[in-house]
Amino acid sequence: MPRGKIEIIEEFCKGCQLCVHFCSKECIEISRDRFSPNGFLLPEFVNEEACIGCGICGWMCPECTIDVYRYVED
Amino acid sequence: MEDSSSEVKKITGRPKLRIPTLGMYCPGCHYGIITRIICEVLEELGIEGKAIGLAGVGCSFGGAPMTIDVDWTSCPHGRAPAMATAIKRIYPDAMVITVQGDGDLGAIGLGCFMNALVRGEHFTTIFLNNAVYGTTGGQMAPTTLLGMKTTTTPTGRNVENSGYPLHIPELAATMKGVAYAARCSVHTPGNFKKAKKALRTAFEKQMNGIGYGIVEFISACPPNWGLSPLECLDFISDKMLEEYPLGEFKNVDQIG
Amino acid sequence: MPERMLISGNNAVARGAIQAGCKYFFGYPITPQSEIPEFMSRELPKIGGVYVQSESESGSIYMVYGGGLTGKRIMTSTSSPGLSLMAEGISYLAEQEISAVIVNVVRMGPGIGTGGQGGQTDYLQVTKGCGHGGYHAIVLAPASCQEIFDLMQLSFHLADKYRTPVMVVTDFILGQTEELVELRSLDFGPLPEKEWALVGKDNRGGKRVAHVAAFFSYQGILNYHMKQIEKYAEIKKNETRHETYMTEDCDLLIVAYGSSARIARRAVEMGRARGLKLGLFRPITLWPFPSLAMEEESVRAGRVLVVEDSQGQLVEDVEAFTKGQVAVHLLGMWGRHNPGGGGIIHPERILQEVEKLNGR
Repeated sequence: MPRGKIEIIEEFCKGCQLCVHFCSKECIEISRDRFSPNGFLLPEFVNEEACIGCGICGWMCPECTIDVYRYVED
Repeated sequence: MEDSSSEVKKITGRPKLRIPTLGMYCPGCHYGIITRIICEVLEELGIEGKAIGLAGVGCSFGGAPMTIDVDWTSCPHGRAPAMATAIKRIYPDAMVITVQGDGDLGAIGLGCFMNALVRGEHFTTIFLNNAVYGTTGGQMAPTTLLGMKTTTTPTGRNVENSGYPLHIPELAATMKGVAYAARCSVHTPGNFKKAKKALRTAFEKQMNGIGYGIVEFISACPPNWGLSPLECLDFISDKMLEEYPLGEFKNVDQIG
Repeated sequence: MPERMLISGNNAVARGAIQAGCKYFFGYPITPQSEIPEFMSRELPKIGGVYVQSESESGSIYMVYGGGLTGKRIMTSTSSPGLSLMAEGISYLAEQEISAVIVNVVRMGPGIGTGGQGGQTDYLQVTKGCGHGGYHAIVLAPASCQEIFDLMQLSFHLADKYRTPVMVVTDFILGQTEELVELRSLDFGPLPEKEWALVGKDNRGGKRVAHVAAFFSYQGILNYHMKQIEKYAEIKKNETRHETYMTEDCDLLIVAYGSSARIARRAVEMGRARGLKLGLFRPITLWPFPSLAMEEESVRAGRVLVVEDSQGQLVEDVEAFTKGQVAVHLLGMWGRHNPGGGGIIHPERILQEVEKLNGR
């Protein structure tokens, strides 16, 4: 069960891969062929199940372009 | 499988003060992360309405004014401390912040900077240290490491020609008029948190009328270091931190 | 047979200086001339020279002052905002009559301007006194990489001959353009010994030299100025330089310098092919300005079109020097093909302006 999820707002992504590096659960991978409108190779949230909503990918993104959510316990 | 009607709480996203525009910084530059920290701290302290920012010449020149939603001016090279002095003296209630790079503060602006400290001005400086002159294409900066190759030290910086790297917060800490001097980095999440705390402390020294604060941020410069964004993180932990230790060098509640 | 090399204008500045025997460079990075300190930092140590990266242009100019006092050939280079910082220092160089070469790779101004595009917005700064006191620096304005290489050598000669600072003015376009340059050594004749240089009494047979303020050394500041008036008159008489192209029978004289002159020359060629009787007057020394020659050519042509990538600076001098005898028109920075930024005045645009003046 994922405890969180992320949304990468691709318009502002610069393909720096810091999010890929800092995700401790390896949820994010660099795509092979998807580019942002400005020509940067995009990261993809591939391993949704493992996300714990820690927020680190969002903090470390220099473009502030990842929204991180945590599921609220009932 | 997740229940599609589960509630979510937003943990983090674009800070309120971070203008939604593509930043001018290169991919992997840490100025973007530092920008986030500035935005978050200003918002948490509730001072964005009183903030007046001054950006020195370098990558912060257009970057900061165009990405952080407070009043800004760009400054001539090195002169931000002089301009900040005037603004803070005229508007003592304003939150006056200068953002300067290694050349702007450590080379051409060193005189302006030291004199502001002699006078004991009450603004706060964010000093961006990436050990090169980024905007102009990677020449040596006062903070360039010994042995580091730049476009004007093609065989590596050596002491005989160019002296030793400049340590700004340590220098500032020797001045009586300085209330806070610290160095931090944003190359790991742990350091991100410490950096945010340091910046908050520096801003509080100004808000509480205590005195001058400076926070140096070690930053990556992928194009001019010739490293990928991820390789830069190792360069920081292996080489930069060896020369530039992180921590607080001065933290007082009363100057003098 | 001298070597020929494909090099940029910035590279030609550095190589020309070294060809002239300059081994000492004090400078600071600034776009669009950072290639000059970068080249010097690499090459000068190899020939026993010295490269110092100063903390700022204010630092560089005072290093040049000190270095100049030693009598060696020294130089610095910068771009427009940096030249403003050097203004006080250059005034001191003029007062102390120290030979020095200052290269200004012009970028758009005022203020921070922009380093990444062309501009000729420093004409007034370099010719009307970049600093206080009303001194004059000799100002050379090359229009090609070869000419940059050649005039750099001339600049050191003139600086030594007249004991004056000399400015070499290029710009972003010339600095970044690459052309084939013949790396030739030019000899401009003998020069007097530099008895005024500070070398220590032992190196001067026990006699000392002291550089003090001119009002001390000349026993009165007025004497200093009278001497400079004589010196400037001699420079005007001997060192004014210009070039003309197809002006013998032209009915419209284009006046331009530097990169604009290159573009204007092409416009003259294209115009002539269409039957337009165009000619080009290109000042090579912006100070002393070839005013008499330009007046003569202008009056003969009957009409003048000044082409400069600025808001209108050279045109003020052209109007003054032609003394109202001819109509003077200006194609300024609005003639760029991309007015928003990064634009260049194209030869075709100059011809459009000519056609407009011809009433078509």
